Amino acid sequence: MRTRQLELEIMRYDPEKDKAPWFQNYTVPCLEDWVILDAINYVKDNLDTTLAYRWSCHMMVCGSCGMMINGEPSLTCKTFIRDLPDKVRIEPLENFPIERDLVVVLDDVIQKLYQVQPYIIRKDDPPAEDKEYIQTPAALAKFKQLTMCINCMICYSACPQYGLNKKFIGPAALTMAHRYNRDSRDQGKSDRLNILADHDGVWDCSFVGACSEVCPKHVDPAAAIQQMKVDGALEFWKQKMGITGDKS
Amino acid sequence: MSRQPYIRPMSTTTWYMRNGRYKVYVLRELTSFLVMFYSFLTIFGLAALAASPERWNAFLASQQSTAMIIFHGLALLYFLFFQTFPWFKLAPKAMPVQVGEKKLPDSYIIIGHYVAWAVVSIFIFWLVGVI
Repeated sequence: MRTRQLELEIMRYDPEKDKAPWFQNYTVPCLEDWVILDAINYVKDNLDTTLAYRWSCHMMVCGSCGMMINGEPSLTCKTFIRDLPDKVRIEPLENFPIERDLVVVLDDVIQKLYQVQPYIIRKDDPPAEDKEYIQTPAALAKFKQLTMCINCMICYSACPQYGLNKKFIGPAALTMAHRYNRDSRDQGKSDRLNILADHDGVWDCSFVGACSEVCPKHVDPAAAIQQMKVDGALEFWKQKMGITGDKS
Repeated sequence: MSRQPYIRPMSTTTWYMRNGRYKVYVLRELTSFLVMFYSFLTIFGLAALAASPERWNAFLASQQSTAMIIFHGLALLYFLFFQTFPWFKLAPKAMPVQVGEKKLPDSYIIIGHYVAWAVVSIFIFWLVGVI
């Protein structure tokens, strides 16, 4: 297999030494079927063992290798070098604080995921121990696409609203809330409404749509958020008119 | 080892220059200035209508000057390309229709919007006596 020289320009930041991040260049002999993650692994294994970055599965499942590749947030395990120019700039995901080199601090988004209660909430008694919740294929189809999220946080990196306002709950967490709101087994929609319909919930989204364009799993968070705006507005008027149409 | 996360600054005034996607978004949002202009124009028109027939006719004449017709034409194009076309394209995202286990194809919802648009336009043209 042919090799190609790739010029990697990687952002470095050592919190104990550096006041601000800086760029370091590496020349990497890449095989033509490599992805960017392979090239970064080559740097770590052969050129510079001090480079810090996250990765695990190398197959778009774990969601930990997201980085800015030439300014575009993407999973490095799905970005082939054959689709890129000879010089590639790698930076940690935008809109997140840099912990070290290519590792970012995700605490804020993890906390937001907890905040939206992304689990089945029941008001009725759960089914007896030997029974399970019944769900038809049609009811599953209502939210199946939303379950594909791998929490890679690339959507947050693409979202200018989150970049400008860190209080915004943001694409992945809102999508996760919508996934449970749509689940026929769940009865927690009204519990989540307080968070989602608040100032920092769905209405902070101005439908830039970047989150959906960069999502590696085609979850389409922008669509989920717009659907929540419709749901939230309907729920508001139902409550105003004293109709309790909510199934929960 | 001490943690000192570095926060990259984001300019509140020039952030949209970062990529083409953001630029298109900002161009879409800038149509709000035209919405403001047409809101004021409607108020001026109504005020002229309430004032006197002469004022109303003067208002109508002012809107029929070549410069204003060109302006209205350009504004219409701007709205078409940055509001109508993109929003109709995005409509199936906000209002997906599921029939059984399958989602109704996006094209049905998009075409439905164009048909509704045509029907409403024809009704308005009929109402004002153009057709």
